[in-house]
Amino acid sequence: MKKRDLVIVGGGPAGMAAALTAHKEGVRDILLLERDQYLGGILNQCIHTGFGISYFKEILTGPEYAGRFVHRIRNTPAIEISLKSFVVHLTKDKVLTYITPGRMEVVQARALIMATGCREKTREMVHIPGTRPAGIFSAGLAQKLINIEGLLPGKAVVIVGSGDIGLIMARRFILEGAQVKAVIEIQKTSRGLKRNIVQCVQDFDIPLYFNHKIACIHGKDRVEKVTVCRVDDAFNEVDDSRFEIACDTVLVSVGLIPENELIEMAGVAIDHRTNSPISDAVNATSVPGIFVCGNSFKVYDLADSVTADSELCGRMAAIYLSRR
Amino acid sequence: MYDIVVIGGGAVGTAVARELSRYKLRIALLEKEEELAFGVSKSNSGIIHPGTQNAPHSLKGRLCVQGNQLVRSISRELGVDFKEVGELIVAFTLEDIARLKQIQLDAQALGVGGLQLVDRSWLWENEPNLSHKIIAALYAPTAGIISPYRWTYDLSENARRNGVEIFTRTRVDRITRAGDHFEISAAGQTYACRYLVNCAGLFADEIAAMLGIRDFTIKPRKGEEFLLDKKRQNLTNHLIFPLPSPASKGTLVIITSDGNPMIGPTAEDTDDKSDVSTSEAGLRKVITSVKRLVPAIDERDIIAYFAGARPVAGDDFIIRHEYAAAGCITVAGIQSPGLTASPAIALYVVELLRKHGLVLRRKLFFHRYRKKTVHLFSAGFDRAQRLIRKDPSYGDIVCRCEMVSAKEIREAIQRGARTLDGIKFRTRCQAGRCHGSFCTSRVMKILAEETRAPLTAISKRGPGSALVVGDRAQEPPGGAAQEGGQP
Ligand SMILES: Cc1cc2nc3c(=O)[nH]c(=O)nc-3n(C[C@H](O)[C@H](O)[C@H](O)COP(=O)(O)OP(=O)(O)OC[C@H]3O[C@@H](n4cnc5c(N)ncnc54)[C@H](O)[C@@H]3O)c2cc1C
Repeated sequence: MKKRDLVIVGGGPAGMAAALTAHKEGVRDILLLERDQYLGGILNQCIHTGFGISYFKEILTGPEYAGRFVHRIRNTPAIEISLKSFVVHLTKDKVLTYITPGRMEVVQARALIMATGCREKTREMVHIPGTRPAGIFSAGLAQKLINIEGLLPGKAVVIVGSGDIGLIMARRFILEGAQVKAVIEIQKTSRGLKRNIVQCVQDFDIPLYFNHKIACIHGKDRVEKVTVCRVDDAFNEVDDSRFEIACDTVLVSVGLIPENELIEMAGVAIDHRTNSPISDAVNATSVPGIFVCGNSFKVYDLADSVTADSELCGRMAAIYLSRR
Repeated sequence: MYDIVVIGGGAVGTAVARELSRYKLRIALLEKEEELAFGVSKSNSGIIHPGTQNAPHSLKGRLCVQGNQLVRSISRELGVDFKEVGELIVAFTLEDIARLKQIQLDAQALGVGGLQLVDRSWLWENEPNLSHKIIAALYAPTAGIISPYRWTYDLSENARRNGVEIFTRTRVDRITRAGDHFEISAAGQTYACRYLVNCAGLFADEIAAMLGIRDFTIKPRKGEEFLLDKKRQNLTNHLIFPLPSPASKGTLVIITSDGNPMIGPTAEDTDDKSDVSTSEAGLRKVITSVKRLVPAIDERDIIAYFAGARPVAGDDFIIRHEYAAAGCITVAGIQSPGLTASPAIALYVVELLRKHGLVLRRKLFFHRYRKKTVHLFSAGFDRAQRLIRKDPSYGDIVCRCEMVSAKEIREAIQRGARTLDGIKFRTRCQAGRCHGSFCTSRVMKILAEETRAPLTAISKRGPGSALVVGDRAQEPPGGAAQEGGQP
């Protein structure tokens, strides 16, 4: 079995920042595993601007922001990048099994940083009742279909959730010539950034309903309409508040959850409410030498914060390695 | 001219077709949906029932016990995973125990073997997550689990290999009698046949009515089910049943053959055969009932849900030859345990056909076996390593939650999948906790490539359920997205 000083899983902004900082702090044997064929992670599909304002003091798009780190990492020979490398198994002793074209590899890490990002909560997790036709998308999937594949998921869209991804996708659909019928938010206020509410929703006169939820999705083969209702402070339906909106698409953008299934498999303590590792310090876990950074540690609003967090994590891993 | 046409490509229709394909007959199977197993057979609990909870003299009870045996041998022949996990029907009170004893007697009368009343200490040892308020249970060791889709698909594949002609997207809308045979109009074609087997599930009454038979109607009884994250796969070691009610076997804690625990189903009579929506009320009902059985169940672990409608026509199955339409066999009211009973129903139907004049001559060669489909997620390290070395596309993981490779997806398409749901049912791709958020676009591209269809033609489950409405790459510069149909 091959042994490596530091293995980092995930080649998004978190994994790249952790790798670069660990290298700066003296770690010289680093393996970065990324399942996709590119580095950059989810930033590759975030073609809107708003990245880098605090870290680079510039306004960049997602791919531009990622591109700066990709460039740095490519110029750091001590960091070995292994793309199309999908980790399928992990043990408490930091033995990783991953699939890469043509073979399965096993590697033992002295220190391990997990930077696996997060996934979107689904319609199922928030129990939106109704039928299950085509036309129900997570916001991230719709974003990928439009921005990466050049496909239009629908023409009349209702968005559930007013977080930043939902808001940004509202504007994206408008720019593609689709209609955004409404943004439905169960809370009293939006979790999203003020600038996104103004630039993505208000500027396009999209109705934004606070204290509302979808009571039912209708449609046999494709979404046909949704029933919306008002909710009280306990999120229960208010009587006689139902109304319907005709649409062919429901976009679900109801929050993110850290992806920590691999470390959970390895026996790392996980808080089942948040899916984050239980630990006494930021980025640490219940298993010494296994660190978690970026959105897989905790969901951040901004990529810049992910970078800052992950630099700290790279430093922690370097200190851990130097003490052994 | 066909000797036999089977209407309906669910678990029952495909089992009948496969059983008939042992004989020298020309057989067609007609299915209205885009793919097989898109009816009731796609939305059930996947339990191979032992035969308990059936009236002692019922046809369904008898066929269930026989089916439980037959499923084992056929799943071995077809390479479908069958797992005998056993079931526990639980008691909270002394009165409950008296009912368990009655269930035990009824089941023994049907020939269910191995039944045993187990006490608290047995339960604590063998089923630690069970509520401590449960004082005893009836243990039926022969209960098992199977994937209902893979069962149906693999039966159909083997039937096709043995000569059955399968037509999907072929809805039967008229049947006429023409002398000694039937003429069936479906999707613009006419299928002539001497014998007809009506396995149309929820629509068996409508098919019967086409032949003038109107003495039964199918009443849908909806059941909502909720799947939990695979992480909870050790929630229970057995299938957990409450005491049955007159309408159903109750709300259960189920083990599925894919590893995810499942809770449900509800039982609610509806008027609408197409109503497979889920509701907040259904969820609440299920959660309350199953938490009484297994308090550790956490609502937050739900990753998917669905509903299915049981085709109810009275209390029992209706399987009979129609004297008013000689040559037609009705197979109706196949509610639970229809999946379990399906291979026994097939034998019963073949016997009925023989009794009513069909000449059955065995083929010299019947391809009994089918090569088992490879699933990376269940292959184990060494096997997976070998597979990936042999064919690198096994190492190209498309579905990260369920670990499904591009190779498996292509294979599913080559074996007949035409829709995203068809791929999901065969491979589990998109069925995990992210619900396709990460892999859908890749699956669409593979399906488009394999079927040489444009991406805009890729659908979830057939016509009307396309995933996307426009493709920039196919549009003239300037963009045409604004034009075209409104939703
Ligand atoms: C919630 C639920 C849970 C269940 N759990 C279990 C269980 O755990 N164990 C068990 O043994 N059973 C269970 N069952 C019962 C089991 O699912 C059914 O008995 C079984 O699937 C019936 O199969 P089928 O082939 O008769 O019906 P279907 O699968 O519905 O097949 C009928 C087919 O006929 C086609 N069709 C209809 N009309 C036409 C037409 N005009 N032309 C062409 N084709 C047509 C339909 O599209 C359909 O594909 C459950 C059922 C439900 C609803």
